[in-house]
Amino acid sequence: MSAQPAKNIAIELREIRKTFGQQEVLQGINLKVKEGKTTVIVGGSGQGKSVIIKHMLGLIRPDSGEIQVYGQNILTMSNKEKSEVRMNFGVLFQGGALFDSLTVYDNIALPLRERTKLKEEQIRYRVESKLEMLDMPGVGSKYPAQLSGGMKKRVGLARALMLDPKVLFLDEPTTGLDVKRSKEIYRLFASIQAKLSFTAVIVSHDAPKIFKLADYIALIADGKIQGCLTPEAFQLSDNSYIKNFVQETMGDIYRG
Amino acid sequence: MVTALGAWTIKQLNDLGRVGRFLLRCLFQIIVPPYKLWPMVQQIHFIGAASVFVILFTGTFTGMVLGLQGYYSLRQFGSEGALGAAVGLSLVRELGPVLTALMVTGRAGSAICAEVGIMRNTEQIDALTCMAINPYKFLFAPKFLAAIICFPLLTSLFDVTGIVGGYVIGVKLLGVNAGAYLEGMYKSVVWEDVYMGMIKSLCFAVIMVWICASKGYYLHLNKAGFGAEGVSRATTQAVVLSSVSILVCDYFITAILL
Ligand SMILES: Nc1ncnc2c1ncn2[C@@H]1O[C@H](COP(=O)(O)OP(=O)(O)OP(=O)(O)O)[C@@H](O)[C@H]1O
Ligand SMILES: [Mg+2]
Repeated sequence: MSAQPAKNIAIELREIRKTFGQQEVLQGINLKVKEGKTTVIVGGSGQGKSVIIKHMLGLIRPDSGEIQVYGQNILTMSNKEKSEVRMNFGVLFQGGALFDSLTVYDNIALPLRERTKLKEEQIRYRVESKLEMLDMPGVGSKYPAQLSGGMKKRVGLARALMLDPKVLFLDEPTTGLDVKRSKEIYRLFASIQAKLSFTAVIVSHDAPKIFKLADYIALIADGKIQGCLTPEAFQLSDNSYIKNFVQETMGDIYRG
Repeated sequence: MVTALGAWTIKQLNDLGRVGRFLLRCLFQIIVPPYKLWPMVQQIHFIGAASVFVILFTGTFTGMVLGLQGYYSLRQFGSEGALGAAVGLSLVRELGPVLTALMVTGRAGSAICAEVGIMRNTEQIDALTCMAINPYKFLFAPKFLAAIICFPLLTSLFDVTGIVGGYVIGVKLLGVNAGAYLEGMYKSVVWEDVYMGMIKSLCFAVIMVWICASKGYYLHLNKAGFGAEGVSRATTQAVVLSSVSILVCDYFITAILL
């Protein structure tokens, strides 16, 4: 939570441009995600936050620019190499992206079943403790279509955390959750982060609460990152977009 | 005009290349370990076991109509005795594999395309990719294997029920000599015919899964439509394209093997 000198860079985007049809969504994104730190991306709806995450995951190819994950350019990687890089990732998609023909239990167990050689009882233990942790005991046998929006989010989160990832991508982890639950998620996140010290990229509309979790906050507006700063510096920044954002989310307290 | 034609050609070639790579990746993932039995068993249940009733039904009626048509055509030449041969040959060589493939495409192919298409639409395929789970291995290899196992079996079932259906109509109803029916069939249907039927059904299995699965998998590149409409259009396209390809392929296999 404090400004420390830059350690290693986990993910770096350089001059990323991406146009969908006529719309230039990303107009030269530069962003460094530092290892072991939590970087929060904020910005208005439709500004391209989810698109940035998908670039980092290698799901979308930029029109131009460079994406480095742990110093390797993922745009020139083979599928196999990409898949090796992704072994370190845990991802929560904005829409959840749960496998809707599998039960909640099977959804969360899937990464363990496909990627580890654990026995079924060990898997059961882990899945159930995760469900417990996220306050959803006993929903294992339900199907995603039978869950509420917030429950889907938490199942997606459980699935993302299952393999103790080195880099965690969360696209709006608390949207659709009640205040109490989202606080719990934040607390949970902080405690796991303290234990595993993973790198995290979080997209959130939950400013200013999310600032407590963040080591760095990046604001995207008009297709560019307007600044990637520590929470303190962010709130005092001179950039007009950031000033506006801070004012809108927190009121006038920091002015003057 | 010329540039439009050029662009169109390039797009078609591109699509062809992508779909070709799709098939190669799927086949590669079938070969390399690890092998998982359970997903394949589930797919065999879905593609094969659930189709048995449909196949029994269509097989019987196809055989019956062959018996009827064959009888009246052959009677004009006074050779009703050849009915068994006619029914047997047309079923084993052509109608068995082709109609089985068309029926299963309608039943399971459409479902495969819709399932994969919805997975693409709701980012489930992206989620798989991000978990470093190979979608070719996880989703498609079991489907290919199941189809390759099920198609020949279903085709055999179709042939047998068809022959029985032809027997019932020809012998029991229209009074063809039972011995002549079976003897004629036994003499004229040789192993080559059975091989040909099986080779066809294997090819059709690959074609069906290939087209239906890739239509769903590349849904996002298909400009047919978005969301539910996109899935429904892709499914229609997949079924039509599979059926046409099966018939075209049938012609060429016949031409080569005859
Ligand atoms: N596959 C796509 N095809 C066309 N346009 C797209 C595609 N994906 C995203 N966009 C466009 O890119 C822009 C940014 O989308 P994105 O989903 O990144 O927004 P966001 O910042 O995550 O918004 P929100 O906070 O509402 O989730 C949007 O205007 C959207 O219309
Ligand atoms: Mg988004």
